[in-house]
Amino acid sequence: MDFDLFVNILYATIRTGTPLLLVALGEMVCEKSGVLNLGQEGMMLMGAVTGFIVVNHFDIVALGFVSAAIVGMLMAILFAVIVLFLNANQVATGLALTIFGSGLSAFIGADYEGKIITSLDSLALPILSDIPVIGHILFNQDLVVYFSFAMFVGIYLFFKKSRGGLILRSIGENPDAANVIGLSVLKVRFLAICFGGAMAGIAGAYLSIAYTPLWTENMTSGRGWIALALVVFASWRAERIILGAYLFGFASIIHLVAQGLGFAISSNLLAILPYAATIVILIMLSANKNKLKLYEPVSLGKPWFKKH
Amino acid sequence: MLRLEARPEISTFWSYVSPILAAVLTLIAGFMLFSALTDDPLQALSTFFISPIADAYGISELLLKATPILLCAYGLAICYRASVWNIGAEGQLLMGALIGSSVALLFVDSTSSMAMPLTLLAGVVGGTLWAGFAAMLKVQFHTNEILTTIMMNYIALNLLVWSVHGPLKDPNGYNFPESALFGDSTLMPILWADTRLHIGILFAAIVMVLTWVFLRRSFVGFQIQVLGLDPSAARMAGFKGKKLTYLVLMISGGLAGLAGAIEVAGPIGQLVPSVSPGYGYSAIIVAFLGRLHPVGITLAGLLMALIFMGGELAQIDLGLPNAITGVFQGLLLFFLLACDVFIRYRIVNVPKLLPTNSAS
Amino acid sequence: MHKIKRLELRGISKQYPGCLANDNIDLTIEPGEIHALLGENGAGKSTLMKIIYGVTQPNQGEVFFNEHPVNIKNPAQARDMGIGMVFQHFSLFESLTIVENIALALGKQGGDIKSLSERIRIVSSRYGMPLQPDRLVATLSTGERQRVEIVRCLVQDIELLILDEPTSVLTPQEVEALFSTLRHLSSEGCSILFISHKLHEVTALCDHATILRHGKVSGTCIPKQETSKSIATMMVGNETPISTNYNKVQGDEVFLCIDNLSTNAKHDFEVALKKISLNVKKGEILGIAGVAGNGQEELLMALSGEIRQKKSKNPSIYFDGQPVDSLNPFKRRRLGMGFVPEDRLGRGAVPTMTLSQNTLLTSFDFGLVKNGLIQVKKMKALANLIIEKYKVKAVGEFSHAESLSGGNLQKFIIGREMQQNPKLLLASHPTWGVDIGAQVAIHKALIQLRDQGGAILVVSEDLDELYQISDRLCAICDGELSPIKATNEVSLETVGCWMAGDFSVDSVNEKEIVHVAS
Repeated sequence: MDFDLFVNILYATIRTGTPLLLVALGEMVCEKSGVLNLGQEGMMLMGAVTGFIVVNHFDIVALGFVSAAIVGMLMAILFAVIVLFLNANQVATGLALTIFGSGLSAFIGADYEGKIITSLDSLALPILSDIPVIGHILFNQDLVVYFSFAMFVGIYLFFKKSRGGLILRSIGENPDAANVIGLSVLKVRFLAICFGGAMAGIAGAYLSIAYTPLWTENMTSGRGWIALALVVFASWRAERIILGAYLFGFASIIHLVAQGLGFAISSNLLAILPYAATIVILIMLSANKNKLKLYEPVSLGKPWFKKH
Repeated sequence: MLRLEARPEISTFWSYVSPILAAVLTLIAGFMLFSALTDDPLQALSTFFISPIADAYGISELLLKATPILLCAYGLAICYRASVWNIGAEGQLLMGALIGSSVALLFVDSTSSMAMPLTLLAGVVGGTLWAGFAAMLKVQFHTNEILTTIMMNYIALNLLVWSVHGPLKDPNGYNFPESALFGDSTLMPILWADTRLHIGILFAAIVMVLTWVFLRRSFVGFQIQVLGLDPSAARMAGFKGKKLTYLVLMISGGLAGLAGAIEVAGPIGQLVPSVSPGYGYSAIIVAFLGRLHPVGITLAGLLMALIFMGGELAQIDLGLPNAITGVFQGLLLFFLLACDVFIRYRIVNVPKLLPTNSAS
Repeated sequence: MHKIKRLELRGISKQYPGCLANDNIDLTIEPGEIHALLGENGAGKSTLMKIIYGVTQPNQGEVFFNEHPVNIKNPAQARDMGIGMVFQHFSLFESLTIVENIALALGKQGGDIKSLSERIRIVSSRYGMPLQPDRLVATLSTGERQRVEIVRCLVQDIELLILDEPTSVLTPQEVEALFSTLRHLSSEGCSILFISHKLHEVTALCDHATILRHGKVSGTCIPKQETSKSIATMMVGNETPISTNYNKVQGDEVFLCIDNLSTNAKHDFEVALKKISLNVKKGEILGIAGVAGNGQEELLMALSGEIRQKKSKNPSIYFDGQPVDSLNPFKRRRLGMGFVPEDRLGRGAVPTMTLSQNTLLTSFDFGLVKNGLIQVKKMKALANLIIEKYKVKAVGEFSHAESLSGGNLQKFIIGREMQQNPKLLLASHPTWGVDIGAQVAIHKALIQLRDQGGAILVVSEDLDELYQISDRLCAICDGELSPIKATNEVSLETVGCWMAGDFSVDSVNEKEIVHVAS
């Protein structure tokens, strides 16, 4: 394999990993507050279709991402209302969000299949992109990739340093105690869910505006679910999420590697890889089950109701 | 000020009313949706919900569509009663279709009376093993079954697509990604002359009764429900959680596999990539909407089949995208979850707090 | 000179769905006063203090703090006013350090972590309960966690400290240490509201007492001028028998034998059992005392078969001479084991299942299942029998377990196990949180089973209870078992030392023996 191919594969790995990174970071924040939102796939799809349609009509890429974030957040609010204020089961509601999101996105996007839009250009960062090899891989990307770097750093610091991170963690661990010492459990959870929705929306739009750039029904093909596994894999730590996202990114483009090496394996079989890898990683985690328990937000998935 | 308040005991009344209310709310939302999209929303609603079953043929098609959904949903209900969140009915159905087809293709030119039973049996085995693998992952490795079964859905779909592009492709099929047409001996016997309705619906009826007996009368069914409601009570009583987990997943997988085999040996008659328009996912909604009860599921399954047919008709008659089916499914589940709040809570009108400090 | 009142409540009422938790309650606390709030479980104590701390708001009534009318909307406001509270179930976060926990509660007033740590160090040592601010709460003992809660209140200027059943989780020695801290605080002018149902503690510590019953004030008194009996009557009324003395017996032959049982802790929150050996004889009750989280749960799980050791060369648990290490709970029940777990709702009984179904839960071997099918009529008949025989207040066998009061559900669970005629009954905290009437009924049932020749193992945190019903007594601390002594040969002080892990104290001085009757 020649060196250029190697660099190109790493470049593509970052691009492919970016939507996963964005969704997984959003979901991690949400889960840290104690809410399990299985609706990532649905929110991503809505973000993808919204972003695509907006760019198709107005030809402004930034507007596409902003509206995708808003729509992702609106989907998340729908989830938050049912889960936080009506105390519904988080698993079932998350599933409903995914089913609703895939249905609605397919419905409103039906007329846009096969249409073409101006996609997001890459933007070489001055100086940084001149670093040999790494410069091209990391700093010759597009704005959303840089945004994902920034979100990673921001969330990492948020949990390490800030009082907000402390509050979020404490609510995810013991909402009753948090309530008693005067923290507003539902407000914080609501905000965390909204943040997760916005991130999923942006991640979806990245697929339809930058990555492909096309709209097709169910185009996220399970990335929302993989991101959920990624959060577990990362044991709720940002620095491991970024690693996991790129690993999965690599697994999803492995057919490029295979082609580069001259293997002729059916692309349908290679498409299985990211899903199989997810299962393998979940199995590997089981070896450390008790250790994992130490990181898992204790109240994850459990409804909390304010008794007056 | 309106506020939710926990009931001292769950309300049986609301557990029956909630799905009905959810269906009504979905209809109202549908009316609003059609008001926005068409000139005559009432006509559109009737096209969606009444026209499909306006004649006898429509009824037969409804039952035909309901068959795979129901088979999947009964199995899911058993899983969900055990709090085993099997989201993999779709994948288990596809594996049933794939393995069933592999056997069916051995009988293309045969007139053996064993062709159909063996095809169905292969489907059951395919689905059972596929779900059994998920059970093994859950029991041995404590992996989250929601994630593994979802992943296995995508894997099953890719395997199926690969096989119709490769090993199972019809050699005389002009390179279309389809298998050869199955032999007549493999096809499901027709139950209602001049329609496509085959004996698969009888399977669904039998499974409904068996599910009821299993959940309501059998001790194993009782153990499953204790496990689902209260795992520590199940441990305290000494019920074998691991074996029960295998059991519910494999029953559920077997039924989904049967559904897949019935689809390929029934109305489709060959293996194609689009075996299922998401029956396995719809069955999740059906199981919840039917309150995990066999009779409730049967009613919910018929409604779901109607939504599928309505979506097809809406595309033909109203020019709306077929995907509207998915919108209705999502709405239905959302409304159900929202209405279910009344099972555990009631809304009370709390007067504003009295000021505790006197005016003086 | 007029001394201003620290706290005054006038006519406080609080309505919850289906119950009036507080009904027209008046209460006054002076500066520096230690005031007891007494009452049975469900008498309305918790609701009242939640109102004072702003967790909930009253429907009616007025609150005055330092003679100013106040409307306490939330705990943050209460803290700003100088009210602190120590909860029964601690409101601490295990994955955070002590200083992070306190910083969270203080909000912006906490200042930066460094200076707060220093304040914690100073305050905690000043009141005789030293803490290391940077330790993780998960690594602290129950007593230490309580200190964190108290220190959290003390790092602010505090004028009223509320403690909710603070002694239920402490050893007798720790209780003494807590009391001296509280006396120290009171001497500095801080008022203390002490919630309890243990009369001897109230008599030892408090200046005044207000007694609640069914949400109303049923009396006020100066505890030092009353007898335990007179206060108890105010708590429970005249109709309930307050306590009964049971004779002590010596058991027959050994039924349960534990021989050198050791286990490994699977994670940080589990306690490893260390070389535990004990016998329970037919016709006796063996009591195990101890502060929660010292291996009681692990021991019971090992005995019930819910946790089985992977492989051991030597069996360590015998029922009637037969090794049972490898048997699951199902099979152990067939050998005559009955089990009353600590959590009655959500382990002892399935909350959303009916009483009939909850009967089937453990009585399946008693003719309720035939050919794999449930015998519905027999199941209902057995449930009805238990309801009648053990005087369980329920609408019928179709009532959901969650609809019963704690005491009634416990009577049902005990009855269910009794009805199986167990040769060995494991009972964990059998009367935790139930009213006195149910407590007496449950004790009587246990004694009756003992007198029929049943071997009974009772684990409890309530020393009064253990002294009352057990024939032999021991304590568990950090997975180790103390010596076992006949109950009437062991002093409360000795048990206290055992609970704190000091097993060397087992000399008996007959005169020291204090029999505590509530």
